[in-house]
Amino acid sequence: MADSKTIEKPIVEEHMGLFARIGDSFRRFLDGDIFYSFIHSPITVIAFVVTVICFVLAAFAPWLAPHNTNDIATLLLDNAELPPFWSSYTASWGEELHGRTEFLLGTDPDGRDVLSGIIFGMQVSLIVGFGSVILAMAIGITLGLISGYIGGKTDSVIMRIADIQLSFPAILVALLLFGGIKSVLPPAERQDLAIWVLILAIGVSNWVQFARTVRGSTMVEKSKEYVQAARVIGLHPILIMIRHVLPNVMGPVLVIATINLALAIITEATLSFLGVGVPPTEPSLGTLIRVGQQYLFSGFWWMTIFPALALVVLALSVNLLGDWLRDALNPKLR
Amino acid sequence: MADPLLKVENLRIEFPTRRGTLVAVDDISLHINKGEVLGVVGESGAGKSLTGASIIGLLEPPGRIAAGQILLDGKRIDNLPYEKMRQIRGREIGAIFQDPLTSLNPLYSVGFQLIETIQTHLPMDKQQARQRAIDLLAEVGIPAPERRIDHYPHQFSGGMRQRVVIALALCANPKLIIADEPTTALDVSIQAQIIALLKRLCRDHGTAVMLVTHDMGVIAETADRVAVMYAGRIAEIGPVKEVIKDGKHPYTHGLMGSIPILGHDTEKLTQIEGAMPRLTDIPTGCAYNPRCPKVFDRCYRDRPDLLDAGTTRAACWLYDDDAKAAAAVTGETAHV
Amino acid sequence: MIAFIIRRLLQSLLVMGTVAFIAFSLFNFVGDPVNNMVGQEATEAEREYIRQLLGLDQPFYIQFMRFVGNVLQGDFGQSYRLGQPVLNVLGDRVPATLELVFVAAVMALVIGVPMGVYTGLKRYAISSKLMLTISLIGVSLPTFVIGIMLILVFSVWLNWLPSFGRGQTVNVGWDSNLFSLEGWKSMIMPAITLCLFQLTLVMRLVRAEMLEVLRTDYVKFARARGLSNRAVHFGHALKNTLMPVITITGLQVGGLIAFAIITETVFQWPGMGLLFLQAIQFVDIPVMATYLLLVALVFVIINLIVDMTYYFVDPRLRTEGKGGGH
Repeated sequence: MADSKTIEKPIVEEHMGLFARIGDSFRRFLDGDIFYSFIHSPITVIAFVVTVICFVLAAFAPWLAPHNTNDIATLLLDNAELPPFWSSYTASWGEELHGRTEFLLGTDPDGRDVLSGIIFGMQVSLIVGFGSVILAMAIGITLGLISGYIGGKTDSVIMRIADIQLSFPAILVALLLFGGIKSVLPPAERQDLAIWVLILAIGVSNWVQFARTVRGSTMVEKSKEYVQAARVIGLHPILIMIRHVLPNVMGPVLVIATINLALAIITEATLSFLGVGVPPTEPSLGTLIRVGQQYLFSGFWWMTIFPALALVVLALSVNLLGDWLRDALNPKLR
Repeated sequence: MADPLLKVENLRIEFPTRRGTLVAVDDISLHINKGEVLGVVGESGAGKSLTGASIIGLLEPPGRIAAGQILLDGKRIDNLPYEKMRQIRGREIGAIFQDPLTSLNPLYSVGFQLIETIQTHLPMDKQQARQRAIDLLAEVGIPAPERRIDHYPHQFSGGMRQRVVIALALCANPKLIIADEPTTALDVSIQAQIIALLKRLCRDHGTAVMLVTHDMGVIAETADRVAVMYAGRIAEIGPVKEVIKDGKHPYTHGLMGSIPILGHDTEKLTQIEGAMPRLTDIPTGCAYNPRCPKVFDRCYRDRPDLLDAGTTRAACWLYDDDAKAAAAVTGETAHV
Repeated sequence: MIAFIIRRLLQSLLVMGTVAFIAFSLFNFVGDPVNNMVGQEATEAEREYIRQLLGLDQPFYIQFMRFVGNVLQGDFGQSYRLGQPVLNVLGDRVPATLELVFVAAVMALVIGVPMGVYTGLKRYAISSKLMLTISLIGVSLPTFVIGIMLILVFSVWLNWLPSFGRGQTVNVGWDSNLFSLEGWKSMIMPAITLCLFQLTLVMRLVRAEMLEVLRTDYVKFARARGLSNRAVHFGHALKNTLMPVITITGLQVGGLIAFAIITETVFQWPGMGLLFLQAIQFVDIPVMATYLLLVALVFVIINLIVDMTYYFVDPRLRTEGKGGGH
């Protein structure tokens, strides 16, 4: 009933105030609702810690990984097909193979350490993930600003394209883009550029949400007086808009970016799994799973299960963070 | 006088929140006699709608009744299990909500919703229920009810929909109707029709009404008695004429001063300074003390109960001494 | 009613035309099919011959007209990779994918809707929170990982179910998995893999809608009228919830078809998706274009059905323009 709404209103307003001034809210952040809800959500804290661990492992992979899996010279066939350190199995030639602590999660048929492979794979996954999200953000914010500021025909064209793209699943768009871009490249460079093509394909398939959010905010700001005033004093309104619109959309953009990061990581893994992603010379988590899957029936489950687990844990943690951010920043969506 | 139909005693409604408990309705007591119309007025947030919701047992969580009791025909209804209370809703206590546009389910015909309600409460077969539904529609003034009964809500205008809502509330002939701002969402021209209809129907059926509104005009026209609410408390309660003409509580006084009266040559409309406090910072003592023109030191210290103030009862310390003096003279207690 | 259908049909035609144009543009702007067919070592004469054979030497609009004409006659061109008509290649593959998508969609709805209703109604129950948490895991689990896990458990470890292919099919006008136990054995894991993501989506959507509808005035009013919980929840709330769910379900079919590509790869299911993936790897444009057209066609048909359903559920659409007297 009407009264219960008015009672909740002050609380909602506080959220909205925080939401609106997200740019300069760090001081308020610590004693505000966001930090409060973070500390009181143990799952979120765990997700945050796991995400940070993954990022650090990926960023410092060459120093943190126990073996350098990219250096073919270090591979020994003696170490091939070892199970995780706590288990053992009987190989096809009758020998009993025991896991060694040297290779915690076992090795692949070439003698590569699975754990190190995962760490390096995570690096590739995260590079593609971050790269594509940054690209999607750049395209989305730019088109959103243009669309919202100019309006009219430009706006309807951009938004129509967005609508059409949204009605296709992102994975299909990425797949088509990947196929399309790859086929125009000279075959010799396809391998080297694959990772960039991947970033491009995934980035372009995810710009729409950013554009919509920024467009909405831009349209609100456009009508405000300071934009008119800026025009009078000879400043380009677009510059002013960027300064005023961006802080307003930082919150939602951050939420979308986080959720899109998880999505991009999964998309990259999926494409690589399908064999259209990064080349096997630079394996990402998806490539590792794809290669490992072939040995599933030989009983070498660790070659595919551990990379898959790493992928799921990474994607889930980022997703949980995004989910929580959405709730904390915008109670309206709850 | 016979026992009142509805008695609310020391009702307290709380909303637990992370930042502490909000007291939305604080220790209010009122009663409604059979066939009587009690108006409840107040600004939005004064707790009037919550009081209504708690009487039909539809207080939304996390809101809860923290103290006090509600009696219907002398039996407590505020602590009944859900299923028992459900049987009272619609059967004994009907409800009319603010917005007729959203009170009806758009996917079902008006007839379906009427028949469904009738069959829930009365032992009727489909044919009898349909006949009763048509009769009800005719009674609330819907033309060609035999045809209109199969129409969907979107085929009715706002005023007509509110008539349907009233018919729905009357389905099982309840003894009491809680009408929460029944005319607020309607055109001014239609408001009067709906109020007249409500008044006539309740007189014919002997139904009591608790009329929750912020519109003093509606109260003046319809109610027998009126309760003025402020910040979750009753400021004044009494016969409608007395309260409107000669409000004893300074808040009532201010409220009435802000309404233009036709035919009276008022110099200028008065306005109450300030705004009703938020529930998070209700002052100690009398809740009205920051805005009251007649405030004195006791108002900051103690919270006044409802005190006799001539023909009405007002929660104001101004009437404390008078009440005592009167009691001394007549030898009766202040609580009559 | 007829006007409504005609309007929708025209819109569908427009969509199909657009997709046809995009599909055709693939031929012209993406890559050099001749290169892809003959390899690097072919002579210029050989190239020219193939170019003429495929009609690639003609102007743009003639090629497009001819493309549309051919498509309408069921001629989707020759697969560059396999050197035979796309229609022949597609033959068994379309029913294989459609059956898989159909079973997955039914599973997602039959399980997802009740779970959504339950978690919406029992909002504060532990079981609801558990289901929601699990559903978030479902969203984070890539489709192919689910498939691999299922294979590991049910094929490798337990050896209950076949891990790839369609197994034995029964011919009922097309080769079908739905009419024999063996067929279902092959079908069940791919179908579960495909439906899981959609299932969580459907569940979350129904829950959100349910919470939304339970807040509305007409549900509150239905309670105030003393209706039983069952009447309020299933008569009033659920029916209003289903409207948006129907819409989204229509849209999800597109998602199912796209994700079928992944599922078909994991289980080596001989459907359109697997064919499309191979087409992408080999830049086999006629197959890619045909796939796009087929997907668009399915999409358009499903949306037509959705619009019709809407029309029958919502009286506001049905009585539009008549009997609206006051």
